[in-house]
Amino acid sequence: MDYEKKAKQIRADILKMLYACQSGHPGGSLSCVEMLMALYYDTMKIDPKNPKDPDRDRFVLSKGHACPTLYAILADLGYFPREDLLSLRQIHSYLQGHPDCRKTPGVDVNTGSLGQGASISVGLAMAAKLSKKTYKVYTVLGDGECQEGLVWEAAMAAAHYKLDNLTFMLDYNHLQIDGSNDQVMSLGDINAKFRAFGFETVDVDGHNIQEIDAALRTPHDGKPLFINCHTIKGKGVSFMEDQYQWHGSPMNKEQFEKALAEQEV
Amino acid sequence: MGKSLRVAYGEALAELGDVNKKIVVLDADLANATQTRFFRDKFPDRFFDMGIAEGNMVDVAAGFAHTGYIPFVSTFALFGSGRAYEEIRNSVAYINLNVKFAFSHSGLSVGEDGGSHQSIEDIALMREMPNMTVLVPCDPTETKKAVKAAIDIDGPVYIRVARPVVDDITNADDPFVPGKANVLKDGNDVCIITCGLMVKPALEAAKALEEQGISTAVVNMHTIKPIDADTILKYNQKCKAILTFEEHSIIGGLGSAVAEVLAGKAGAKFTRVGINDKFGKSGKPEDLFREYGLTSEHVVEEAKKLL
Repeated sequence: MDYEKKAKQIRADILKMLYACQSGHPGGSLSCVEMLMALYYDTMKIDPKNPKDPDRDRFVLSKGHACPTLYAILADLGYFPREDLLSLRQIHSYLQGHPDCRKTPGVDVNTGSLGQGASISVGLAMAAKLSKKTYKVYTVLGDGECQEGLVWEAAMAAAHYKLDNLTFMLDYNHLQIDGSNDQVMSLGDINAKFRAFGFETVDVDGHNIQEIDAALRTPHDGKPLFINCHTIKGKGVSFMEDQYQWHGSPMNKEQFEKALAEQEV
Repeated sequence: MGKSLRVAYGEALAELGDVNKKIVVLDADLANATQTRFFRDKFPDRFFDMGIAEGNMVDVAAGFAHTGYIPFVSTFALFGSGRAYEEIRNSVAYINLNVKFAFSHSGLSVGEDGGSHQSIEDIALMREMPNMTVLVPCDPTETKKAVKAAIDIDGPVYIRVARPVVDDITNADDPFVPGKANVLKDGNDVCIITCGLMVKPALEAAKALEEQGISTAVVNMHTIKPIDADTILKYNQKCKAILTFEEHSIIGGLGSAVAEVLAGKAGAKFTRVGINDKFGKSGKPEDLFREYGLTSEHVVEEAKKLL
């Protein structure tokens, strides 16, 4: 796969969706494109023709507001028609503003309220152990999300139950709605925190798919894995990169055209 | 022979765990209080202590339900319905997920632990969620039926479990159909609609009223949601007065649910007996019931005021 070309296509779809609905979250959607690509194109055992396969790997977008990225990839994989992407956030659409597993084919778990996806993935991983299934659970967390106490309740349980079938991936773009993490509520040494909670931890360039793929293969027997993916908020759109103001702002026509042109699709 | 509702709950889970291998049980360090210990000791592989972290416990249960298990989640009613409210709302009720919540130590009857542990609002919090069924059993026998009924419902169910040891009022062969109230006694003047531990004093109040020549019906509204509107409306026509009686705040509980049915309908006079917009405090359950007006004497007094 030409990762660069595919990433541009995904980003173009994200921009079209967000421009059409004049709402949603561009910054954090653009930052996790490569993370989700590494999972969906290279790592997870899934079958778009059988989205409810009980043995499939599970994906939990705990930072549910980045769902345009998930929807663009699911459409690309054939879970639903690509032209439906433009219905995002519209009335009667099966593409909700935050992921809804009862409405959207390929969405495993509903998320959006921060922290809850982390805990639900612990439950999915515990259920795999109990039923002796070999599926893996992959969870993408936001950095602001890690301010939720629930994330740490989940982390404690993940280590306690030795969930070596569970991987938390942090989209560490350092920005949240009101500003930088450090301005709002510092995460401190986030890797040390997850290590202290009992995770194997590894750092990667969150925009380098080969690096992410390799990190996802990190051995972590008897413990959950934490991959700190260093990313840039608004990645791939020059005027959005590293600008917290683009967490949840709609684009005007001029901005949309410029952003789309940068994707060269 | 008396038995605590929580013990009946624990025994029912352990019995049904044999029949239904999809049942898993999660507790937050309270297995010996909620009585999920019966299930834990019998099915250690399907019991998960999630530590003192109620929000995480609910979401982990959601994860189990996503894969086809039927999780029962137990803790104290206040920490389940209060602390983990939003996890229940967004991870379970929002998508009609098949998770059962059986929260014990509800109401003032927690007693000595005091107001910080006495849940007076759990029915309100749970019944306002779309998709949620709310059951409030009145005795050990009905508690066991509620657990079985909850398994038969494909969706979230809340069972309100009380702590005290009480005698059975209902019989093993009485029907228990969620959404269908049980009329324990018919009458023409006053109708007492009640649930949970207040069913017994409601029957005593009815006896006292009958002795004063006031014909009194008693309805065991074991399901707060979906509420049995037909039975309420029937007694709204038949009786001169309807009185609700519950071990819960009169704001948002059974009384409110009945008021919502009666709104805009001509018929009987109506009042609510319950905890009147106050928090609880330490004391023996019977002393608290007296102080907060949860007695048959108070019900008799309020019923006569309406007539």
